[in-house]
Amino acid sequence: MSRLLQAIFGRLPIGWLQLTHNRTRFAAALAGVAFANVLVFVQLGIMNSMGAATLRPYEFFQADIMISAGDSNAMTDGGNVARQWLLQAMADPDVTDGMGLFLANVAWDRGEKDISLSTFGVDPVKPGFINPAIAGDLALLEVQDATILDRLARGLTKEEAAGVRPQTPLAFEAQGRTLVAYTTFAGGGGFGGDGYMFVSDQTFLSLFPARSSAAPDHILLKLRPGANVEAAIARLGRLISDPSLRIRSFAQAAQDDLTYQQTRRPTGIIFGFGVLIGVLVGLVIVYQVLSTDVADHLREYATFKAMGYGPGFFLGVVFEEALVLGIMGFIPGLIVGTGILTLMGKITTLPLGMSVSMAVSVFIGTVVFSALSGAIATRRLAAADPADLF
Amino acid sequence: MDSKNILEASGLNHWFGTGDARKQALFDVNLTLRRGSFTVLMGPSGSGKTTVLTLVGCLRAVQDGQVTLLEQQLNGASEAELVALRRRLGFIFQAHNLHESLTATQNVVMGLQMHRGVSDAQAQHAAVHALGLVGLSDRVGYMPGNLSGGQKQRVAVARALVGNPALVLADEPTAALDKDSAAEVVDLLKRMGAARGTTTLLVTHDNRILDRADRILTLEDGRIVRIEDRG
Repeated sequence: MSRLLQAIFGRLPIGWLQLTHNRTRFAAALAGVAFANVLVFVQLGIMNSMGAATLRPYEFFQADIMISAGDSNAMTDGGNVARQWLLQAMADPDVTDGMGLFLANVAWDRGEKDISLSTFGVDPVKPGFINPAIAGDLALLEVQDATILDRLARGLTKEEAAGVRPQTPLAFEAQGRTLVAYTTFAGGGGFGGDGYMFVSDQTFLSLFPARSSAAPDHILLKLRPGANVEAAIARLGRLISDPSLRIRSFAQAAQDDLTYQQTRRPTGIIFGFGVLIGVLVGLVIVYQVLSTDVADHLREYATFKAMGYGPGFFLGVVFEEALVLGIMGFIPGLIVGTGILTLMGKITTLPLGMSVSMAVSVFIGTVVFSALSGAIATRRLAAADPADLF
Repeated sequence: MDSKNILEASGLNHWFGTGDARKQALFDVNLTLRRGSFTVLMGPSGSGKTTVLTLVGCLRAVQDGQVTLLEQQLNGASEAELVALRRRLGFIFQAHNLHESLTATQNVVMGLQMHRGVSDAQAQHAAVHALGLVGLSDRVGYMPGNLSGGQKQRVAVARALVGNPALVLADEPTAALDKDSAAEVVDLLKRMGAARGTTTLLVTHDNRILDRADRILTLEDGRIVRIEDRG
């Protein structure tokens, strides 16, 4: 390591030698940086998982345009949309098909602990609106009270999920009715529920008698291939006389939902602050280590000043220390962070885990903030006056 | 400036503090150092020896008077010019000031590394050679914590001399050493300085080493009160 750093810096790696001279203190400093990294990884992991969990239900559908109520900030938020607008939208020359989407949480009564399932009521004869991985089984929903169940739902055991097949359906009680799961799909727990479930719109209305078939939560539209989505949205805006409705591309609706969850919902803001606090903790730890190190070596630095070393040399030493701490502290932080996120993901079934982009961005952040701490710590170098050596 | 001289200082006055606390430390000090000479500056504590050393060593700004070092005026010199001048000097401190995290060789390498154009291999080779000259060939990889006081000061001598400085400034280098170690260090300094043509200004109040001096300057209350040429 010493030779590598000497080759990089073109001088003795004073920073490295200083840091490693007291191994116990060096280990404690690395543990501090690693701790800050773990903090950032966990908060960032949760924040990213919230993003992934927000976008996941959108991945179950295939649509070009989504019409929602004016107060609908997320797929699960907001009022209903009158079905008449679906019929109105079908008058547009580029709109080839449309479907009302019903959405509500269903509590699966399991005795000691219920499973809350975000349930989609869809038209079972319109598989074109559903992700191909699920669409093949959509016809099963034509049977009243039939469901397609999320095999990754929290609280559902692997054995239970594996046993759900058309030949061996699983019957369960929910909302005072007996539902029958004929097959499963890979969903996963989210922040708004333990998992997902597909039912037909008719079954949905049986589960929620207060809801009306004339008022789905959203309207999904498909356009003819090659149609200009934005132009179609503009035309629909003129065609549909309710100006309060939100007519957006499906992708835009997903992005709006994500932005809303991350910036306006308390959970998103809390996790965002968690990342900030992790960064600040790391900054303070690295600064404290570097600042103490500079203070401990003021006499040596003053000696080097007397010998003719310029400010660049001292900045280089402190930055070298900052980089060593940042890089070497990152490695155990990455390992522990990956372990914690994997474990949390398994327990919660949230899409938690380490990603290359997250690791790279935290690494870059660690190096940048370590260098920033180093820059602040170099202010103490001014106290190294070689005239005081005599 | 006389080309035989490496340093000429005239009418040097220096003050510390401000306002009512302002106190004059040097009074009209005149001083010349000939190339290759070994000069001892002595005097009681508080007489101004260290102030002279820091002014000559470009570590303090000259307030009043003229100082010419290595044919360059120190008055009004920029910080960069002073740093460049300091690279041509060698410093030896009372407390040796070795870097505790570096081996003896690495400490000596630090005496070369600020010079551009010296490769790592050259610096390493020169450092080991310098340590051999001060009798520490068998201690090149030792950390300062594992060296005796005399050995540390010899490493400091090697560090000061490895870059072939024009002038070595030594501040009480024998103060913390026993009689034998003190004699050894001063002899080493004088012998190596003579071999390399280095000028030495050594501040001390150790009478044991006066007989090695070419010239003895005595400072009292900020004034040079006696100059004794022995060379």
